[in-house]
Formats: sequence, structure tokens, C-alpha cells
Amino acid sequence: MAIAIFLIFAALAVFCGLNVVLRRHPIASALWLIGVMVSLAVLYGLLGAHFLAAAQVIVYAGAIMVLFVMVIMLVNAAPERRSAASRMAQALGFPVLAGLLAALGYVAWRAAPRAVVVTARKGTAHDVGSALFTTYLLPFEIVSLLVLIAILGAVVLTYKEKH
Amino acid sequence: MDAVPLSWYLLLSAVLFALGAAGFMFRRNLITVFMSIELMLNAVNLTFIALASRLGQVDGQVFAFFVMVVAAAEAAVGLAIILVVFRNRGTLQVDELDSLKN
Repeated sequence: MAIAIFLIFAALAVFCGLNVVLRRHPIASALWLIGVMVSLAVLYGLLGAHFLAAAQVIVYAGAIMVLFVMVIMLVNAAPERRSAASRMAQALGFPVLAGLLAALGYVAWRAAPRAVVVTARKGTAHDVGSALFTTYLLPFEIVSLLVLIAILGAVVLTYKEKH
Repeated sequence: MDAVPLSWYLLLSAVLFALGAAGFMFRRNLITVFMSIELMLNAVNLTFIALASRLGQVDGQVFAFFVMVVAAAEAAVGLAIILVVFRNRGTLQVDELDSLKN
């Protein structure tokens, strides 16, 4: 059962990811990226990380992607054009990418042989919350400051002065 | 009960990361390049959570949570920069944004 769920949503994630990269219009890429994030949320749930599955849907698929779609709408983005520079990137990029994928896959296969199985034991909201507010309390507070600074930065950057 | 091998999760994560890297290299629209970065961050999060679950520890999930928060902050600032670039230059094609070259 778990294997079937994994295979379905892994295939869905890869399919949506391919569409993110291949679609020429930014809004299509953004909508396919939501598909990647939702299928990854299902996989998080399968791994027993219930809190992060919820956070993935709320923060990523909800907040961040809405921001992306808003900006695409604001700049009225058109489908992108191909250019000479991107053809050069294709000639150089595919060997580099194949090498990267082969290296990552080799390391993944070597580090974790087939026999090792994933077992979900910890990861409920209770476990994550108690770790977050004891061991990781200081990083948690610092990161809240970071988010505050990011909000202020975004406002300052896009602020238009009236003449 | 059957369980999924850990290496399958790691391989899926590697494939998604490579897809994100491909988008980052080949796409010519600033917003799409930015979305490719988000795809790569998601792939890394999957690795964190799979290994956390395998080790029975919650620390990996906390790291993934921090990655999520930093990605949210990055998206806010990055999209603000994209808006300003578009306002000043009128384009989002990355090869037309080359005023630092000359």
C-alpha cells in the first residue's frame, strides 16, 4: 500500500516538475509547481511528518505560490522567447546535468541500499513542536526576526515615492 | 506492512533537484528561474524528511521547517526585486538584463 502511494505521487511529482521546466508561459509553470508541492506533501505524510505535510500545503502551495501568481499577474508576463545564449546553455548544460544526476543517484544508491526501509516513528506536530520550542528555540526566534526583516525589505523595495 | 526503501526517496529527490537545476540553467524568464530555485529547495526538503524519518529523529524535520521559512522570506524579497527590475527595465528576459556587462 505504502509503495503504491509512493509510486503514484512520485510519478506525479516528476511529471509536474517536468512541466514546470518545459512550459513556456510562467503562469503554467507556477500552476504545475503547485502540483509538485502537493504531491510532496502527500509523501511527507507517508513518511509520518504530518506537521510538515500541513505546512507544505499552507506555506508553499498556499502563501508562496499565491505570491508568485500575484507577481506574474502584476508584471503581465508573456511566454518567454528563446535566444542564442540559451542554445549555448543547452549545449553545455545537458552534460553537466547528466553528470549531476548520475552523481546524486550514485550517492543515494550507495548510501542507502535497497534493504533499508523508511519507518515513521516520530514527526507528529507534538514532536516537532517540542523540539522547536526547546532545543531549537534560539534559531526559531532568529528566523522570526528574519521573516520580519524580509517583510520590511519587500515593502521598502517596492515602495513608490510620490513626486 | 510494506515499506518504501529509503533510496527511492533519495532518488526522487535527486531527480527533482536535477529538474530544478535544468530550469535554472535553461529558462530565460526571471520568474521561472526563481521557481526552479523553489523546486530545488523542495527536493532538499524531501531528503531531510526522508532521512529524519529513517533515523527516527525529529531534527531533520526541524531543519526542513527552517528551510521552508527561509524560502518564504526569500520569495518575498526576491519577488519584490523582480517587480522593481520590471518597473525599471520593462522586461524579465534574463539575457536582456545585462547592464552590468558593459
